[in-house]
Amino acid sequence: MTTTTSGTSAVAASRSLTRRERRRRLGPLSALSHTALVVWTALTVVPILWTFLASVKSEDEIFGDAWSTPARLRWENFARAWEQAHIGQYMLNSVIVVSFGTLGTMLAGSMAAYVLARYPFRGNRAVYLLFVSGLAFPVYLALTPLFFVVQNLGNVPLAGPFIGLNTHAGLVLVYIAYSLPFTVFFLAAFFRTLPTAVAEAALVDGASHTRVFFQIMLPMARPGIVSVAIFNVLGQWNQYQLPLVLLQERDKWVLTQGIADISTAAGYDQDWSALFAALTLAILPMLVVYTVFQRQIQSGLTAGALK
Amino acid sequence: MFTRYRRGLFITSFLAAPVTLYVVYVISPYAQAFYIAMTDWRGVTATPAFIGFDNFARLFSDQIFWKAVTHNGALLVLLPLLTIVIALFFAFLLNVGGEGRGVAGIRGSRFYRVVFFFPQVLAVAVVAVLFQQVFRPDGSGMLNGPLMAMGLRPVGFLSDPGVAFWSVLGVMVWQAVGFYVVLFSAGLASIPRDMFEAAQIDGAGRASLFFRITLPLLWDTVQVAWVYLGILALDVFAIVWVMTDQHGGPDFSTTVMAAEIYRNAFSYFRFGYASALGVVMFFFTVGFAILSLRLTRRERIEY
Repeated sequence: MTTTTSGTSAVAASRSLTRRERRRRLGPLSALSHTALVVWTALTVVPILWTFLASVKSEDEIFGDAWSTPARLRWENFARAWEQAHIGQYMLNSVIVVSFGTLGTMLAGSMAAYVLARYPFRGNRAVYLLFVSGLAFPVYLALTPLFFVVQNLGNVPLAGPFIGLNTHAGLVLVYIAYSLPFTVFFLAAFFRTLPTAVAEAALVDGASHTRVFFQIMLPMARPGIVSVAIFNVLGQWNQYQLPLVLLQERDKWVLTQGIADISTAAGYDQDWSALFAALTLAILPMLVVYTVFQRQIQSGLTAGALK
Repeated sequence: MFTRYRRGLFITSFLAAPVTLYVVYVISPYAQAFYIAMTDWRGVTATPAFIGFDNFARLFSDQIFWKAVTHNGALLVLLPLLTIVIALFFAFLLNVGGEGRGVAGIRGSRFYRVVFFFPQVLAVAVVAVLFQQVFRPDGSGMLNGPLMAMGLRPVGFLSDPGVAFWSVLGVMVWQAVGFYVVLFSAGLASIPRDMFEAAQIDGAGRASLFFRITLPLLWDTVQVAWVYLGILALDVFAIVWVMTDQHGGPDFSTTVMAAEIYRNAFSYFRFGYASALGVVMFFFTVGFAILSLRLTRRERIEY
């Protein structure tokens, strides 16, 4: 017991010696780097906290000194943002569109990626390149024609009213289509790395190709699926350009449109405190979800770049 | 025979829906855009006439569009440069810059990595509105409040044409850095610790650890980051459209290609002309992609 203690203290002493020695060499740099980290943390956090603070201020306090604290916490700003500024409605719309959008993307994307990765057939390479080429195109080139494509689909008998302009299903289909290039690219690469033996054994045992996909390959590809799903959820939740063009009726709007609009509308309506409350409502859930799932989200978003 | 038929049926059934969606919503609009760019299509109901390359001829004397192109060009250089330098610096500090024994990150590195990433999960439109408030021109703005309290003149972050572009760049860097800190950290994690330790034993300081070991081994990831940020700089829209005065103002001092395409198409209803601008943007993007593929030779270092 005593020997161990003295042993550790000797190690600790020598450790602190080396540390002191290294600090001497790196001293001023170390203080500087800590400062840099703290400064960037402040740059990141302060604007967000400042918004949270303004969300419980009154109109006069918002237009007064920027750093004053509110006399009273005005939680009613949130009620006004939720009801009168329709943030509740927009958030619900976003949830609906992103849920179906991501689900559809993952289903369509993984099916296409699996077939392209594991089933050689004539034209395979061409179809794969067709999907992947979409990664390089700027979406702005397609905006005008896309608007008319969706408008024309609105005139298709039966399905038309559901998939035309100003419909959530229409936007979901567009989201799926524009998420496919990355999803197919990433998942095809992932399916290629999976072992083939299990699937072959199942096929020999008489399982259908479809069943092999859903019951064997899809569960095996889980890590890749999760990464791309996170990537798509965030990408579609943050999308602004496509809904701006395709959803013009106010009650159909998604959250990003709603937030962007209040900032211009607040000029006339004079409800600045509701604007800050709305911003807080848009930011806070994302930060909470991110903090809980930060490991998965970070790896999900960076996995694509490292492929 | 039957199994071959079954296999073919399976392939067709799995590809049918994705390929149909993709062709209808992605390929066909892109293909149409090239044709629309050669028409004089204006307004929703008008019948477009084929006018060849007239839109492109007109485009060459469009001052505003070339202003937008120079802004994209400036972003293309500055956004990757600033973001990568800042992100590399922080990634290095958080992973190998610690003063503890051996090779370790600075104290609290996990916390910093989580916080730096915050802006990345926020929608660009939300960030734009947030900074509109931060940049307010009077004492109620988060930045101008303290400036004026110190007796300084307020800065017109978004109202001064000479400053507005830098505000846009600043916000873009603000949002991007966290992602690249994490990306570079992932890259650093794949470099064996022994390399750093061996160098440290040989007496390498932090500067030579960074320039002689970290940077060369991370070069691959830096190139990927450069391409991503370059595409981000060419594609920028929401931050300009939502945050700046008059969507790309004041006086078009912040406008970008995407904003001009959107403005021409959906504010002026010049569909033909907007598509021509889109075609130009397309060639810029493809040109950048080809150029960066050429320049980034993949020389992987195997450990």
